[in-house]
Amino acid sequence: MKRLGALGSVLRQLGQAVVVVIGSTLFLSLLLRLLPVGLAEIYAGGFDEASRAARLKELRLDKDPVTFYLLWLRDFVAGDFGPIVSPGGGTTPVADKVGSALPISLQLMFYVQVVALVVSVPLGIYTAYRSGKRSDKAISYGLFTASSIPNFVFGLLLAVFFGVTLAWLPPLGYVSPGENLVEHFRTMILPVASLAIPLIATYTRLLRADVIATLREDYVTMAVSKGLSNKRILFSHVLRPSSVTLFTSFALNMGALMGGTLVIEQLFTIPGLGSEIGIAIFSRQFFALQSYVAILAVGFVLFNTLADIAVGFVDPRTRERRRA
Amino acid sequence: MTQASALRAAAVLERKRIRKERFAQLRRNPAFILGALLLGMWLIAALFGNFLTRFEPGGVDVLNVNKRPSDEFWFGTDNIGRDVYSRVVAGTRPIIFMAFSATAIGTLFGTTLGLLTGYMKGRFDVIVMRILDAISALPVIVIALLALAALEGQSEVITVLIIGFVFTPIIARTVRAAVLYEAELDYVAAAKLRTEKMPHILFVEILPNVLPPIIVEFTIRLGYAVFAIATLSFLGVGVELGSPNWGSQVAENYSGIFGNLWWATVFPAGAIATLAIGINLIADSIMEAFEI
Repeated sequence: MKRLGALGSVLRQLGQAVVVVIGSTLFLSLLLRLLPVGLAEIYAGGFDEASRAARLKELRLDKDPVTFYLLWLRDFVAGDFGPIVSPGGGTTPVADKVGSALPISLQLMFYVQVVALVVSVPLGIYTAYRSGKRSDKAISYGLFTASSIPNFVFGLLLAVFFGVTLAWLPPLGYVSPGENLVEHFRTMILPVASLAIPLIATYTRLLRADVIATLREDYVTMAVSKGLSNKRILFSHVLRPSSVTLFTSFALNMGALMGGTLVIEQLFTIPGLGSEIGIAIFSRQFFALQSYVAILAVGFVLFNTLADIAVGFVDPRTRERRRA
Repeated sequence: MTQASALRAAAVLERKRIRKERFAQLRRNPAFILGALLLGMWLIAALFGNFLTRFEPGGVDVLNVNKRPSDEFWFGTDNIGRDVYSRVVAGTRPIIFMAFSATAIGTLFGTTLGLLTGYMKGRFDVIVMRILDAISALPVIVIALLALAALEGQSEVITVLIIGFVFTPIIARTVRAAVLYEAELDYVAAAKLRTEKMPHILFVEILPNVLPPIIVEFTIRLGYAVFAIATLSFLGVGVELGSPNWGSQVAENYSGIFGNLWWATVFPAGAIATLAIGINLIADSIMEAFEI
């Protein structure tokens, strides 16, 4: 393993990612098969004997749970996410829904991460330079308090205040950017704000701690004594090492952000994957649910793996340590 | 043997001294005091709620629908005339009880697994950690939502079990990291030489020394449990329908905000927020005191 170096560790991490995805989807698949009511009852309850057998065969419910899972996995890897089956009858391909919903969710998450970074980088640097002063404490505690509030509560309070009381922004709804760009951004402000707050708090806190630690390093003292300008020191000596921390945190927070997006989309009625999952749960579309969640798991694991690999490349020390 | 017990007594004394110092430091921290006040207020509401409500929490009063907050209805009334103040007070007990039980279950199993994997290492450690990784590959809310949907769960017990289950790998990982370090120390080697049994080494020798990270993890998870339970009940799963849960109250009255009937939503939302803030302030200041 040692000889393989960087490539080896990348391969190993990808291998682990595959194991995690398979494990979590298998877990979910078994969970669905263990439904107390039974999938057969839900999807073929009112059918007569002959059509019931055909229906069960079509949905693969006649197979044992492990075969059922393996067949699903084969389809999923091939890009076939299966049908959306309503307990009553008809089916539509999950891939269609994913095609329309996933870009909306990704776009929302992209906005959130951009806003969070743009706000927290200056805040982190400012609070680090003012460390221990009143302004640092006010910002740090303010962010901490705001991020303790569950994001649906925060989003709701924002919707009440800015959407209804002041009526500055639409309190819910979604307009696509192609339809009306200005309205698109106006509808996105409140959801993005409610999702970005906890991230801003995390990033600011990390960056603040990082910058304070870096400012104490010998090479910064050296740079100061060489007479370099503050701005130069900040960008080339202080921010560069901190970007690793930020990047890792960026990827690691994708999981929490996905969970948050799921709820916030339902609160603000944004037609993304979160709303689709909500609909799937309440109308008992369990087959679609399995694929939706698998997509989430793949995304989540992918981000974690990318973070690991990227950090390994930027800072070789972590690669060594991880191997030890 | 006497020497060993004398050493152990000295170690216990040392731990007591450190604990005392940490408590003193906590009591001086304004963030901790504020957090303790907020949590204390809600604990009182949870324990003595029956004496604090002014109306029957589930009582419908068709003559007093959507009333603004007033002397009679402190927080106003909701869309079917229930007193919002009484419902907020009555909603304290379920969320606090559920959050504490879920976190306790997760801590119990997580600590046991963390002690075992950190101490035994090797193949056992690798296999268990991979399984735990797979469980925590999904956001907590997603797993809980799915499991509750799959189990058709409107039941508080299932919610508590699921959140405890989801917390287990997270807590196990923290404990394992601490145990990996402790297991290399002399007192563990000494216990092995005395041919102590493994449960004794794990729970009597190592556990007391890894308590600080466990306490910190417990408080952090407690905050997340409140977060998760409130979110799940807002989404309409995990609690009995119609019960006075804060999340359900927010969801039931949410549409009212568009008619500027804000109170039936904003008060339970504020209750969730203050409880979450209180627990997080405590967690944060404990973390600071334990220097983790």
